Amino acid sequence: MDDPLLIAGEKFTSRLIMGTGGAPSLDVLDRALVASGTELTTVAMRRVDPASTGSVLSILADRGIRVLPNTAGCYTATEAVRVAAMAREALGTSWVKLEVIADERTLLPDPVELLTAADRLVADGFTVLPYTNDDPVLARRLEQAGCAAVMPLGAPIGSGLGIRNPHNIELIVESAGVPVILDAGIGTASDAAIAMELGCAAVLLATSVTRARSPELMAEAMRLAVAAGRQAFLAGRVPRRHLALASSPPAG
Amino acid sequence: MQVTINGRPHQLTGDVSLAHAVALLTSAPAGVAAAVNGTVVRRASWDTTPLAEGDDVEVLTAVQGG
Repeated sequence: MDDPLLIAGEKFTSRLIMGTGGAPSLDVLDRALVASGTELTTVAMRRVDPASTGSVLSILADRGIRVLPNTAGCYTATEAVRVAAMAREALGTSWVKLEVIADERTLLPDPVELLTAADRLVADGFTVLPYTNDDPVLARRLEQAGCAAVMPLGAPIGSGLGIRNPHNIELIVESAGVPVILDAGIGTASDAAIAMELGCAAVLLATSVTRARSPELMAEAMRLAVAAGRQAFLAGRVPRRHLALASSPPAG
Repeated sequence: MQVTINGRPHQLTGDVSLAHAVALLTSAPAGVAAAVNGTVVRRASWDTTPLAEGDDVEVLTAVQGG
C-alpha cells in the first residue's frame, strides 16, 4: 500500500519514529532500530565526553536513518533555541524535535516556553516538530506558529501509561493541517496501534522498545502495530453498538 | 590563558584557537558543534577564531536520547 508519511514535503515509508535513549548498548540499539523499520530517529545533544566510545550517529549513518536532534533537557526557550542551533551546526539538519520541559518530575512540556521557542526557530528557518501537551488549543497555536508537525504526548515520557486522553488526541487530529505524531507514553504495541487508529500520522517512541526485555522483538512489534493501526484507520472501523447485530443471516 | 571548556577550566598556551580547544576533547571529523560565550561558531571558522581570557566554550555532540 502506497501511503507515505509527509513531513515538511519529505516522504517517509515508515510511520514509526524512534528515539535512542535507554538502550543497554549500541549493539542492542542497532538491532532494535533495524527491526523497527524506522527512517527517522532522535538523538540528544550533550557535551562531548572524551572517554566515550562508539557513536549513535555512526549507527544511523550506516543504516541510512535520518537523524532528528532534540532539545531534551531544556527548560527555557532560550536554551532550546541555543541547542537547536548547535544541533544544526553539528548534524547539518535544520529539523529539530523541540522539547521544552517544565519540571523533572513529570517532564511535561512548558507550553509558554515551547510556543516562544517554536516562534523563534521557525523564524530562523528550522523545521520544527514540537513535543507538546495533549492540548488541542496549544497544538493549534503551534501549527499557526509554523511548526511542521505537532507531537502530543500520550502520557509522560517513559511512563508507559499509554494514551491517557484519546479524546484530546482525536480533537487534535480532527483540526490539524500538519501531521500529528503521538510522542511519549507508549507502553506496548497496542498503545501504538491505538494512536494510529485515532488518526495520528506517526508514532514516536523510545523507552517501550529500548527498555523492553527484548528491544529487538518489541521494535518489530511496534512496526507491525503502527502499520496495523494505520490500515485500520484507513479502513474505517464499524460503529460501536449497544446491542448485537447478527453476522449470520436470520432467515432461511 | 584560562578558558572554560564544557564547564571545566583549561589553560591554553601557544595555540589559542577554538579549533585547538575543541581538539582537546575530540578529534571527531563531524557531528560536533562549538559555541563561544553562547554563540555558535561554524566549524569552518574554528581555525580562525581566537579565544580570549575567560571565554566560555561549549562543545556538543549527539548522544542517545529522546
